[in-house]
Amino acid sequence: MNLFDLFSDYTLRTVALGAGVLGLVSGALGGYAVLRKQALLGDAVSHAALPGIALAFMLTGSKAPLVLVLGAAIAGWLATLLVISIVKTTRIKDDSALGLLLSVFFGFGLMLLTFIQRTPDAAKAGLDKFLFGQAATLLASDVLTMSVLGLIVLALVALLWKEFKLLTFDPAFGASLGFRMRFLDVALTTLIVVAIVVGLQTVGVVLMSAMIVAPASAARQWTDRLAVMIGLAGLFGALAGVSGAVISSSTTQLPTGPTIVLSISVLVFFSLCLAPNRGLVWSWARRQRNKRQLRVDSVLGDLFTLAQQHRDANHAHSISVLRAMNAGRGGVKRSLDEMRRLGWVQQVNGHEYALTQLGRAEAEKKMSQSEV
Amino acid sequence: MNERNASSAIEVTDLTVAYHEKPVLWDVDLDVPPGVLMAVVGPNGAGKTTMIKAILGLMKPAAGQVLIYGKPYQEQRKLVGYVPQRGSVDWDFPTNVLDVVTMGTYGSLGWIRRPGRSEREKALAALDQVGMRPFADRQISQLSGGQQQRVFLARALVQEAQVYFMDEPFQGVDATTERAIVSLLQALRAAGKTVVVVHHDLQTVPEYFDWVTLINVRRIASGPVKEVFTDKNLRLTYGGRVAFLSHNGAGEMAVKQDV
Amino acid sequence: MSTLQIEIQLIAVVVAAACALPGVFLVLRRMALMSDAISHAILLGIVLAFFITEDLSSPLLILGAAAMGVLTVTLVELIVRTRLVKEDAAIGLVFPVLFSIGVILISKFAGNVHLDTDAVLLGELAFAPFDRLVVFGADLGPRALYLMGSILVLNLLFIIIFYKELKLATFDAGLAAALGFVPLVIHYVLMGLVSITAVGAFDVVGSILVVALMIAPPATAYLLTDRLARLIGLSVLFGALSAIGGYWLARGLDASIAGAMATMAGVIFGLVYLLAPDRGLIAIARRRRRQRWEFAQTMLTIHLLNHEGTLEAVRESRVEHLREHMRWDMTFARRVVRYAEQHGLLRDEGGSLILTDEGRSLAQRAVVT
Repeated sequence: MNLFDLFSDYTLRTVALGAGVLGLVSGALGGYAVLRKQALLGDAVSHAALPGIALAFMLTGSKAPLVLVLGAAIAGWLATLLVISIVKTTRIKDDSALGLLLSVFFGFGLMLLTFIQRTPDAAKAGLDKFLFGQAATLLASDVLTMSVLGLIVLALVALLWKEFKLLTFDPAFGASLGFRMRFLDVALTTLIVVAIVVGLQTVGVVLMSAMIVAPASAARQWTDRLAVMIGLAGLFGALAGVSGAVISSSTTQLPTGPTIVLSISVLVFFSLCLAPNRGLVWSWARRQRNKRQLRVDSVLGDLFTLAQQHRDANHAHSISVLRAMNAGRGGVKRSLDEMRRLGWVQQVNGHEYALTQLGRAEAEKKMSQSEV
Repeated sequence: MNERNASSAIEVTDLTVAYHEKPVLWDVDLDVPPGVLMAVVGPNGAGKTTMIKAILGLMKPAAGQVLIYGKPYQEQRKLVGYVPQRGSVDWDFPTNVLDVVTMGTYGSLGWIRRPGRSEREKALAALDQVGMRPFADRQISQLSGGQQQRVFLARALVQEAQVYFMDEPFQGVDATTERAIVSLLQALRAAGKTVVVVHHDLQTVPEYFDWVTLINVRRIASGPVKEVFTDKNLRLTYGGRVAFLSHNGAGEMAVKQDV
Repeated sequence: MSTLQIEIQLIAVVVAAACALPGVFLVLRRMALMSDAISHAILLGIVLAFFITEDLSSPLLILGAAAMGVLTVTLVELIVRTRLVKEDAAIGLVFPVLFSIGVILISKFAGNVHLDTDAVLLGELAFAPFDRLVVFGADLGPRALYLMGSILVLNLLFIIIFYKELKLATFDAGLAAALGFVPLVIHYVLMGLVSITAVGAFDVVGSILVVALMIAPPATAYLLTDRLARLIGLSVLFGALSAIGGYWLARGLDASIAGAMATMAGVIFGLVYLLAPDRGLIAIARRRRRQRWEFAQTMLTIHLLNHEGTLEAVRESRVEHLREHMRWDMTFARRVVRYAEQHGLLRDEGGSLILTDEGRSLAQRAVVT
């Protein structure tokens, strides 16, 4: 398999396109879910979709993607509604309500699925792929359906951009401006549900929630602007979708869902570590720099104190004296080297150091700052 | 609207709010003239925030009505500006100061339409007013509490309202910001606006405000500070929880709220 | 009933009870979704341990899986501590990765062994009785029964021995720490037990249904009682009912037993949610209706009291006025007046409403709260 195959192989192209669309849509909408602290709602919706798919098939006997997606969406919506109403009317907290709904719906779905499977294998083949996803079975018509739905979802997000931002950031203020927040809430939740069910055939119900949470969590680390974050989340999702789907459909015995999830998780890992400003490596480097700065400041202060005690400002002092004054802090030599580089101290007779003109001025400046 | 006083900026009648059928606000009447700076004070759980939210239609009252300049609130929404509690939003949201302030223009823009150059300029002007213009591009998580509060104030200023409702704008801000906010509020009053502020520090009420409403589920008193901010009313509002230092030398009353 | 049927139901009941015990504390401690994360992540532990031992019945599998469960909890906490993502997102990031690796390893390398993705999701309760525990040639019964029985006893012992500490750590972690009990230790031991239980149950009912059995019965019981001991008892009872009901449902439909058990757990929750005497939807709706009238009546008395003896009292105390100020429609206002009259709170004197002493004291009492 090489890049050329991606463009020449019809099946592969279909698969890659489908997975790309799903990643794009779920990544972008997942951005809102994560910002609204509904990250795990995706888990509930995707699991809850399973009985919807099974029932849609049982009622219509059809495996047309639109029918199944509709069933999934209705079931997902119902689960969301139930979670909200249980949290609102009882003392059961949202984590329990989510866990309850997702596991019970999923169990119900599995029961229906095994019930359907009793009948000859023909019917079974189509629905099994919804568990872990099977990109290789994507047809051009499936991709078309997904693309149209995805396009509608993204167009609505663009159209209601300002309103959704208000809803996500400060719904009370939005309501005071006269926007109908209930309506917007329902609209955005619906779009998230659609984004989830669109990806089910490729990623599967078990792991679809990762496609909501992961791209957004990765994207959030790289930017502080909503538009960039949503765009990046879509891009990351699409990247993971394409690479995961291509890898899995070119390898035997590799379910698509887990492969896509691993791809996006690698992206998340790198983002958490390396993203400028927020990334772990950066904040570690920042902490080190601060620590070094503190050490330099303290050695500078000590030298200044010694110089004042000695009247002779240019008197040099042994490094061991400075080490003793800085007991337990360490790094005196490194700090002195750093200060020499800055031209604050000069080295005299091997192991002794004296403040320069510049160093004294710097020390005085620091002293006066700390006194304020 | 028959005998009603259309010259009132805010007129609230029989406002009752229940949460899970438990009353949080009982039959509150308010009549606030234009151009006053009014504090709403009362103990925790007295329904101060609830009152503001009910007036703004953010909570459905069980009874009562709200008139802004003589007309129902829904028709006068454009005349009203709102500053929610600072803690009510997630300041780690990916956006910058200018963007948050621009949200103040969304009401006049209405559905779908996007903010453009003129909205941007209004937002920048409001940031100037609160001394936050240099921070326009700053990510909001990097602001101090006082700066966050100023951003919220700027967002309300952009609304170009006649009546402002502010929920604890002094909560957790530094002394500099507190002074800046006070002078801003006084400038608003000088411009003829009406400002209603949920306030916690009884000590500063006579200094900052000219009008006060004391509530504790029920309205205890409402009117000019000089007339209603009295020992008796405070005792009615706070019960035994207020230690009165009584009238000090200057004839002003100092009060201490122990917690 | 045949012995086989009895054995299957017995195993199902033991599994449900073993799951419900730690589940109670997950629900109370708002960590229900940890069971979701753990039950997924342990798959990787099972697979890895299997690669080492090449024996599906090795006790090492349980250890490996339990370690993976604790690792999941630790990973989530580590990610939360970076403060780069919120807690719910952290959970949602961790377990799909571990689960995915597990699934891929199974389908790539363990295809020929008795461990496939269907078993992962569904378990194989129907086949569990065929795996017998045989000691010195004597058939002692299904192995799963002994395994889950031991786990049940382990969970039970933990709860009995540390009942006081668990109660304290659950309801007031701060106080527990101050008193010297170590909530963190309790936390990790609990998570370890959840993992072990999940591993044991995993083979029988599959990963996601473990979540159903851990969360649904305690959540149901939570609607019925406040007492911890009763909560635990009811959870076990509901778990057992789901198990037996699920078995017969599955038999009737010829479908997955595990799926049917989860369905029954959901049905039981639904029934209790509707019918619970105090917190059920119907009880709530009924109480709301009654409260609405009493509330309106109290509101009316307070309104009258507030304006009693003032100049505008004459105007404010007319029925027509209520429509205008209280936003009540005329019919509703008249009915509230009649309701209050019947309770002796006021008199209607030619369209003007006058409070009785009783009405006045009701209003005063209401205002004080």
